[in-house]
Amino acid sequence: MTLKEHFEIPSRYKQWSMGLMAVGALSLIVGFFMYGNGDEEAQKRFWATLLQNSVYFLLVVNAAMFFLCASTLAMGGWQISFRRVTEAISACVPLIGAISFVILMVLIFGQKHSIYEWLDKDLVAKDPVLSGKKGFLNPTFFTVWTILTIGLWIWLGAKMRNMSREIDNAKPTVEEGKKYIFKNTVWASLFIVWFALTVASTTPWLWLMSINPHWFSTMYSWYTFGSTFVAGMALITLFVIYMKNQGYLEYTNIEHLHDLGKFQFAFSIFWTYLWFSQFMLIWYANISEETIYFRSRFEGAYTGIFYLNLIINFLAPILIYMKRSSKRNYATLVFMSVALLFGHWLDFYQMVFASLFPNHVPMNLFDFGIAAGFVGLIIWRTGIVMSKYPLLAKNHPFFKESIIHHT
Amino acid sequence: MAIKKFVVGCFDDEAVLFPAVKKVRSAGYKIHDIYTPMPIHGLDKAMGLRDTSLHTAGFIYGITGTTTALSGIGYVFTYDWPINFGGKPHFSLPAWIPITFELTVLFSAVGMVLTFCYLCQMAPFVKKHHFHPRATDDLFVMVIECTSKTNDAEVVGFLKSIGAIETKIENAETGWWLGRYDKDTQPFEQNETALA
Repeated sequence: MTLKEHFEIPSRYKQWSMGLMAVGALSLIVGFFMYGNGDEEAQKRFWATLLQNSVYFLLVVNAAMFFLCASTLAMGGWQISFRRVTEAISACVPLIGAISFVILMVLIFGQKHSIYEWLDKDLVAKDPVLSGKKGFLNPTFFTVWTILTIGLWIWLGAKMRNMSREIDNAKPTVEEGKKYIFKNTVWASLFIVWFALTVASTTPWLWLMSINPHWFSTMYSWYTFGSTFVAGMALITLFVIYMKNQGYLEYTNIEHLHDLGKFQFAFSIFWTYLWFSQFMLIWYANISEETIYFRSRFEGAYTGIFYLNLIINFLAPILIYMKRSSKRNYATLVFMSVALLFGHWLDFYQMVFASLFPNHVPMNLFDFGIAAGFVGLIIWRTGIVMSKYPLLAKNHPFFKESIIHHT
Repeated sequence: MAIKKFVVGCFDDEAVLFPAVKKVRSAGYKIHDIYTPMPIHGLDKAMGLRDTSLHTAGFIYGITGTTTALSGIGYVFTYDWPINFGGKPHFSLPAWIPITFELTVLFSAVGMVLTFCYLCQMAPFVKKHHFHPRATDDLFVMVIECTSKTNDAEVVGFLKSIGAIETKIENAETGWWLGRYDKDTQPFEQNETALA
């Protein structure tokens, strides 16, 4: 059997990615003239959309690298057969990271306090709660931490990808293979530690939760992580199925896709667990400083989105993914992956917008256009990286384990 | 249950076992079961066993737990003995979710363990016939069920030809029974353990 090791980008693939990126660019221009240079309310709307989309898609593509590192640490071998696809998705981090960084910096230094209320020094001085958080919520810390966060994700991710590619031409001996696995483990654990310090704790607090500077939830970062990890697994599933349908990834079969489906299913439940824990504790304690967060979401303008979020991200996965056969079926996998990617996008939408616009939902084509732009960007960049390097990590010591994988 | 006649063949290699299973099935013999010291991936498929229904049973136990919890708490807190807890409504679903979750897990876990034991015919004080003691150690023991028309010598020869390192013919109880091995195996003394 001759293996198709090199991805040749089909012209339709290129057209779609270019088209989606064009839609994104067009939305950005139209949005800028509609909102971007309007009054403060309109500008807030413009930048909130950019913030929501860039942070969401950055965390989603970064979840691919998290998945690789976590399975490396767990000595997992099953994902090796489609590892290059995951790597290619994570190679979008530098690009989207740079975009997010620019947007966040504009919010901090250019936008003043239309999104982040805590930038207003007079307000902070008067407010005992905000002055108590001054050590954490200030432009300097925000900037330094954002640079460190995105920079180290890019650097450690690039390191992992390079290590995977460096054995492409020479098959390592058993001894070399052991050393290679150990080296991978070390770098993967460094990434995981940094990931825990950023996505799983501080970064969502800074980027998203500080939109409501008075309110706080220790569950928030985990909840954000759960959201983006499910969406990340959905994205990996979609790319793997696309490549399968194009005739690539000969060694990836329904067993691998079954496990990807299991990951989506399990982490959807995990997401719901955190979502519900955050909601129920606040509901039960009934302290007005805390319940204010759910006022616009639970019984305000965002009630529809609140319940839709729960239906797409919890009810649909638990009912559809529960059956073994639906995790082994391309059609249901694609349907659910797209639904979950959209559902968690909606989750991020209410995280950002329900705080900034509590009285109405300003969702329109602009939001979808920007999202389409980011999707196009991911498709374009992933395609380029997949076509540049071999699609099979065939010299990896665990490659055979992946071929004979059986659930 | 009934006592039946079996031909037992022992294999010491997985790579021999899998083709052997295939040949036995295509020769038309009925495999009673294969006893192995550890789980072997793909053996169930090779033997042509259908997928287990244990997960369906687990789902049913789970929703039974959910229903029990919701209807129980609902009855007590809204109809039987409504109490005001910190001004919350009597029908306060979010507060019930943790208990509902716990009961769902409890029902499905206990129910599935019991069902599993029943399906595998395992229970305290219950015995099952062992075809070969080394099935718990290092041998894969394939047991073929005989009918009145089966020529056992032919089956033994066939098993040897496909790689069995040890074969024997046994009359054994097919199901489980309550009691002890020594007493209950007495009637089967005439087991013709013919090391062919």
